[in-house]
Amino acid sequence: MSGKTVGYRTPLGRARGLGAAKHGVGHFISERVSGLALIPLSLWAAFAGIKLAGRDFDLVSAWIAQPLNAVLLGLLIVVGFYHLRLVTQVIIEDYVYTFVAKSSLLILNLVVCVLGAALGVFAILKVALTGAF
Amino acid sequence: MTEASPGVRERPLSPHLQIWRWHVTMLGSILHRACLMALYVGALILVGWALALASGPDAYATYTGLLGSLLGKLVLIGLTFALFFQISSVVRHALWDTGRAFTPKVADTITIASIVFAVVATAVVWILAGVTGGLS
Repeated sequence: MSGKTVGYRTPLGRARGLGAAKHGVGHFISERVSGLALIPLSLWAAFAGIKLAGRDFDLVSAWIAQPLNAVLLGLLIVVGFYHLRLVTQVIIEDYVYTFVAKSSLLILNLVVCVLGAALGVFAILKVALTGAF
Repeated sequence: MTEASPGVRERPLSPHLQIWRWHVTMLGSILHRACLMALYVGALILVGWALALASGPDAYATYTGLLGSLLGKLVLIGLTFALFFQISSVVRHALWDTGRAFTPKVADTITIASIVFAVVATAVVWILAGVTGGLS
């Protein structure tokens, strides 16, 4: 990563920073940045979980209706599924070699994560904006 | 292998689990991946919770009843550990990404520290939840 030990690379290749595979750097950086973003969101979620555990429907609905709570919970779900898609893609690519199985799992991973994030955000907005029912 | 790369000779496989002595960094790596897979399920459980809330009081009571059962609590305790181990692993990997902490002694130490952090944080969260009355 430091670049000190890769003297055999051309200056242009080093400036592009793409490596032999021509892609993957963006994936790596997105994974690390979203992982870091999830640290404060997860800590907030843990405290929210303590606060909401065992509480009834009305209290929890009112809690979600507060703008900060709705936004942070929405961000947790969106960034969380974004991060999970990236890391799960790497795990699939590490262990599944055959083309059909690998492609199917990668597409399934994408679909589940997009669907999960969309459903989660919709449910939060519904409770926050219109009240439940 | 051959299906993914036609025309390429079979290559020797790298040494696998039974060849290596267990290191704590190896345990950390495997545990990190296992925790990520658990959190995948956890994220879907969280979405299910939001959907149950959006479906009204009855659905919410049923869903939280499931989460509050003995099995539900065990799953949630496991997910709490997975969440905190994920947090400490992101920090650990961010440190490694800067090119530091690669000597075996330091690498082992920060891996043990990240596991200890996850265990302690999980215990703290569940004790706090118990104290504030959320578990009754």
